[in-house]
Amino acid sequence: MKLTASHLTKEFNRRAIFSDISFTLEIGDSLAITGKNGAGKSTLVKTLAGLLSPTRGAVEYLLNGKKTEVDALRDHIGMVSPYVMLYDEFTAMENLTLLSRIRSNNLPIEEQSKELLERFSLWNKRQELVRTFSSGMKQRLKFVFAVLHRPRLLFVDEPTSNLDAEGVRVVRGMIEKQKKTGMLIVATNSAQEAKWCKKRIHLG
Amino acid sequence: MFGKTSTTIFKYGSVSLISVVLVAGLAIPMTVSPQSWLEFPVIPGLEEKARNLFFHVPMSWTAVLAFFFSAVYGIRYLRTKNIDFDVVSVSSAGLGLLFSILATVTGALWAKFNWGAFWNWDPRQTSIFILLLIYGAYFALRSAIDSEEKRAGLSAVYTILAGLTVPFLVFIMPRMMAGLHPGAQGDASGKGPLFEANMIAPNMRMLFYVSLIGFSLLFLWLLHLRVRAGRLEFQQKQGER
Amino acid sequence: MKSLSSTYAILLKDAQSELRTRYAVNALFMFVVTAAVIVQLAIRSEQPSSSVLSGLFWVVVFFAAMSGLSRTFVSEEERGTSMTLQLVATSSSVYFGKLLFNIVLTLLLNLAITLLFTVVFPGFVVQTFETFLLTVVLSSIGLASASTILAAIIAKANTKGTLYPVLAFPILLPLLMTAMKATARALEGDPFGAGIEEYQILISYIMVITAGSYLLFDYVWKD
Repeated sequence: MKLTASHLTKEFNRRAIFSDISFTLEIGDSLAITGKNGAGKSTLVKTLAGLLSPTRGAVEYLLNGKKTEVDALRDHIGMVSPYVMLYDEFTAMENLTLLSRIRSNNLPIEEQSKELLERFSLWNKRQELVRTFSSGMKQRLKFVFAVLHRPRLLFVDEPTSNLDAEGVRVVRGMIEKQKKTGMLIVATNSAQEAKWCKKRIHLG
Repeated sequence: MFGKTSTTIFKYGSVSLISVVLVAGLAIPMTVSPQSWLEFPVIPGLEEKARNLFFHVPMSWTAVLAFFFSAVYGIRYLRTKNIDFDVVSVSSAGLGLLFSILATVTGALWAKFNWGAFWNWDPRQTSIFILLLIYGAYFALRSAIDSEEKRAGLSAVYTILAGLTVPFLVFIMPRMMAGLHPGAQGDASGKGPLFEANMIAPNMRMLFYVSLIGFSLLFLWLLHLRVRAGRLEFQQKQGER
Repeated sequence: MKSLSSTYAILLKDAQSELRTRYAVNALFMFVVTAAVIVQLAIRSEQPSSSVLSGLFWVVVFFAAMSGLSRTFVSEEERGTSMTLQLVATSSSVYFGKLLFNIVLTLLLNLAITLLFTVVFPGFVVQTFETFLLTVVLSSIGLASASTILAAIIAKANTKGTLYPVLAFPILLPLLMTAMKATARALEGDPFGAGIEEYQILISYIMVITAGSYLLFDYVWKD
């Protein structure tokens, strides 16, 4: 899988959020997008993931050598982001099950997710409503949701927000694994987290 | 928006044609048996009120023309994401709103003098009113969106949706409601019920067409001006950044 | 069929969510009961004609729809699950899933209003059952269809609640007018075939609006 961004520009009300961003990522690559709050990191992440269309420039994905629309890559992309929320009125397990079914993954989710939920210390809470979760638990559940289907490309916007030291440790482990077996894009305003990645783009 | 030659034609054309219509439409006397080209026949029941014809129908026609332009440029915006098309679309919608109001008012005046009441829920009256509602909804939607791109996209979608319902309105309404407009009963043929009933006189017909063209040119000229103003406003905002 | 199972999964999610929180159902229920009570108090012992009853019926349906059918999209935007859904589902799955949900909701709504009207208004007696049934089913589908795309539109705007009926009324007017006429026929006892023109209009409305909404949905749903 290969991701190529060419001269990406995004404007809102004709004010440029970012302009002329170009890079290439392949399996094993990792990219950190850094910048102050409001610099446009999340916007760039959304544009790369196909959730926003760029004003100018293009995002191109190659899957097995063939050019593929980002729409067809749902099964290969995962995202953790403050803008991607889960359903409050459902339990953790229900969230994972429902969203997997919507993704057309009809495998037994309970089995599939056991290991991940345990690693993030959520297994015992899997039948609790997400409404009752602390922000740290919600963040951890978002990670489980993002990597459950073993995506080749993982986007992480603000990886350690709301996490305690233990949470950060588990996320770190997850990130390292993704770096080796897939592609990783991290958006952060922490210089330390930026060091997790090989490549770097600074906005703002 | 249009080239220099076209705009000049629109400007002078509309002004001259409408002036002709204003003079001829209002001043040419109506006699029972017209002898010359400069006399209109008296239509029993309508008499002087028939003069409304030269104004009310072209205004309705222009309101619909404006909607058509708005919808077409809305579609062009959706395909290209070029904000300039949205400028044309909203300029046209503004003119459409204006002409709808004029058409509704002249229509209500006609209704009052002909049929006694300002409003009767006659299908034609109702359809021009619905066009007014559509424009109102369009501008309400636009004012509720902050992002330019989103505003342009969503209002274009709404215009198209409204456009889809127009054929239904045109065909259903006359069937559903007993109408007072000439030719309303069972006759669902577009805008032309008047032609069969009243306008046998060739000079009246000609003046009517002149008015139709005059108002259309007026619309195109005003559209051109509004689009120019809209584009300048944009550039000014751009410069302020 | 991947997209079919995805569509069905979205429908189920909305249904389960609604069963848990009951936001839309509560709003609809409260509205319908209040409307029926107010109208009954206003009319008292007057015997309204079939066309008046028919008109009242669809007025109540319209405003009830306006209080409940937007929730399917507005709740996603408000809670930030819109992007989650965009990540896991295609636009057409989302559109059809939520359309089906709104159709079911509208059918249930109409059933409730029919029962209520039959109880509250002695003059509301359906003489030609087939006409009534077909009219209500077709109108519900058409109503849901238009309401769904409009719900998606206002979910992205600011003043959602008040904007919804303003946008919906001109679009729904042909449907409402036709439904009113056909329902009046059913109350009068006209034979089933008398309403053929109305059924045709309702069916073509459904086709045109659903096809148009489907083609336009992407421009609304995706930012």
